[in-house]
Amino acid sequence: MRLPDLRLPEPRLLRARLAFALLAALTLLCAAGAARAQTPPVHEPFSKTLRYGGDATSGAPYTFKDPADPDLTVGFEVDIMNQLGRELGRKVEFIQNDWSNLIPGLNAGLYDAVINGLEITPEHQAAADFTIPYYVTYGQIVIRKGDPEVAGLEQLRGKSVGTLKSSQMERVLRAFGGIDVRSYEQEIDAYSDLKLKRIDATVMDFPIAVYYAQPDDALQFTGTPVGRIEYGIALKKGGDPQLLASLNSGLSQMMQDGEMRKILDRWALWTPMMAQVTGDNRPLQAQPEAYTHFVEATQPRGLVAQLERYARFLPQLFWAAVMTMEISILAMILAVALGAGLALCRVYGGTMLDRVAQVYIECVRGTPLLIQVLFIYYGLPKIGVQLDPFVAGVLALGLNYAAYEAENYRAGLLAIPRHQMETAIALNMTEREALRHVIIPQAARIVLPPTTNDFISLIKDSDYFGTGLLVAAVYLLLGLPFVRLARWAEKHVSRGTVRTTGRK
Amino acid sequence: MQPILRVESVHKSFDTTQILKGVSFQIEEGDLVSIIGPSGCGKSTLLRCLNGLETIDSGTIEACGVRMERKPGAPEIPDEIAHRLRRNVGMVFQQYQLFPHKTLIQNVMLAPMVVKGVKLDEAAANAERLLRKVGLYEQRDRYPINLSGGQQQRGAIARALAMAPKIMLYDEPTSALDPGLVDEVLDVMKELDAEGMTQIAVTHEMRFARDASDYIIFMEKGDIVEISDEDEIFTNPKDPRTRQFLRRFA
Repeated sequence: MRLPDLRLPEPRLLRARLAFALLAALTLLCAAGAARAQTPPVHEPFSKTLRYGGDATSGAPYTFKDPADPDLTVGFEVDIMNQLGRELGRKVEFIQNDWSNLIPGLNAGLYDAVINGLEITPEHQAAADFTIPYYVTYGQIVIRKGDPEVAGLEQLRGKSVGTLKSSQMERVLRAFGGIDVRSYEQEIDAYSDLKLKRIDATVMDFPIAVYYAQPDDALQFTGTPVGRIEYGIALKKGGDPQLLASLNSGLSQMMQDGEMRKILDRWALWTPMMAQVTGDNRPLQAQPEAYTHFVEATQPRGLVAQLERYARFLPQLFWAAVMTMEISILAMILAVALGAGLALCRVYGGTMLDRVAQVYIECVRGTPLLIQVLFIYYGLPKIGVQLDPFVAGVLALGLNYAAYEAENYRAGLLAIPRHQMETAIALNMTEREALRHVIIPQAARIVLPPTTNDFISLIKDSDYFGTGLLVAAVYLLLGLPFVRLARWAEKHVSRGTVRTTGRK
Repeated sequence: MQPILRVESVHKSFDTTQILKGVSFQIEEGDLVSIIGPSGCGKSTLLRCLNGLETIDSGTIEACGVRMERKPGAPEIPDEIAHRLRRNVGMVFQQYQLFPHKTLIQNVMLAPMVVKGVKLDEAAANAERLLRKVGLYEQRDRYPINLSGGQQQRGAIARALAMAPKIMLYDEPTSALDPGLVDEVLDVMKELDAEGMTQIAVTHEMRFARDASDYIIFMEKGDIVEISDEDEIFTNPKDPRTRQFLRRFA
């Protein structure tokens, strides 16, 4: 599974478009299951606990790992959800998921709601239901310290401006016209390009600017707020109107009773828009201790402090590595067993089994692993099969590698002279006995090196769950012609080595 | 006397090519028979049919009381019959085919243990006895790759004998051997003949056919042309085709 990133604090990714494209692809994959999507929600027994999805690796101040103690998941959204739980009298539970998979996970029933800086835009509303905004904010212009102040977007015309890819701010900047918009996957890249004078300014969501630009001595805030951004909690489209209503009333309550104000003050995120929405014009209601804590924990204070900060993540890395190994070993056991079975079907199984095994192998080899992982993890729940992430990982990798192992083992079996089987039969062994005592022990020696090879590559693949759909599509395009080519080559190479008549 | 092996009008085709066109003959217990003939005459296929490695299209093969019969157009003979037939029929191949992942003695012990469920001690004792018989007791723990061709072929004979067959079939047992190693294999076969083993060898070894065989079957184009006493076929072949074939060895 994904190891936590060493670059800390990790920036937030707004890859909304990818997420929704992925959703479309999955819907396609699960067409059969989706036709019968009337199956009752699988999470019924847990309905007392409100489970919310988010990506704790996506960055401050939304939902992230406390840099001082990576075992803790913190963020202003975490505080909001906890408070919301108190207001509604429900337990809340955080469920980690990759950012780009948050909405598919919602639809698969892995959790009841998503809170992770999702903007309430018509495009997003088409894919999920949204609560009333829990936070209203704006785009903050940031420039290098000492550069001339910028009053607003007007003065950024003709300049190059960095922002987050697929975010609402990106659309605002592009729609404004005359601005050379540079979109970034990660906010720290935008800020470092700004410091390196590769771009002239950045415009990103105010919370990002507060946490990544404000503590930086080389950067400064400038100008008036740009646009208006509303974050909402996303629910499965049409899935649970009751939950939507109760979250809405919980959020209004928090705005009325001042709890929201306290949380946002602790995180130093109060905005004029929030004052307008809540009618709360009082001065600061709480010390910005969460912000101060973050800045203290992340400000570079010499190499030793830096290394110490990294070292705090070592236990997490260790356990992630252990988990990766566990998944890899179990998946490999599955792959070897199933692969051997498939290979035997192909070589000794007769026409029917050969056919079945061939179809399995071609389907698995012809589609990217990522799609298979997503299918097992998000597709199967649609037809009522919900698997533990660990089990899903083992299954996905095991089933995938089995196809490759099968072809290795088939080559191994074919490398054993045909006469060996014949001799064993002549000694009155059954085909099964001959395979077990004569053929398989010899083939096993031949296929050991390629199997070791595959195990190493499997360990690497078990770290590969989070890659984007784009990569998957490219793999599919690249992979299919090669499957064809390989089959053609095999046909030609094996001419004269495959006996066509004689004993069956 | 009841023949130990009876073959009656056996037909066999691969696709559209007829390989055996109604072969019939019978063999008495203790005979050593050589089958000779030009390449492609069907002699190897005949041998493979005799222990069920090839299914026959039609005809009858009866060995040691186990009868395998197929009428033209009838469904294939079930594996079970071939299995029973093979209990009494051992076979040795041109390329020895010892199992390379097992030592010589393990090669000899494997089939009795797997097929008959013979205990380890008993299988080992029997294997040692057979390896002594073929003169390979000293080499019992070697892997096949460390044995000469003649040694491997004698090992293959011991391995076949371990299943206690009543009939031994040899498919060109010396063709892959260096000339100097041929005799050690033929000597084993002669010794078995002296002990009363029934043996059928497809061979190109005319000297062996003449010296050791009780009689010779000459085949051509999928049929038996001549069955004859070994001296007679060499000195006075009745059929002109036999005469022509033997002229090349004269």
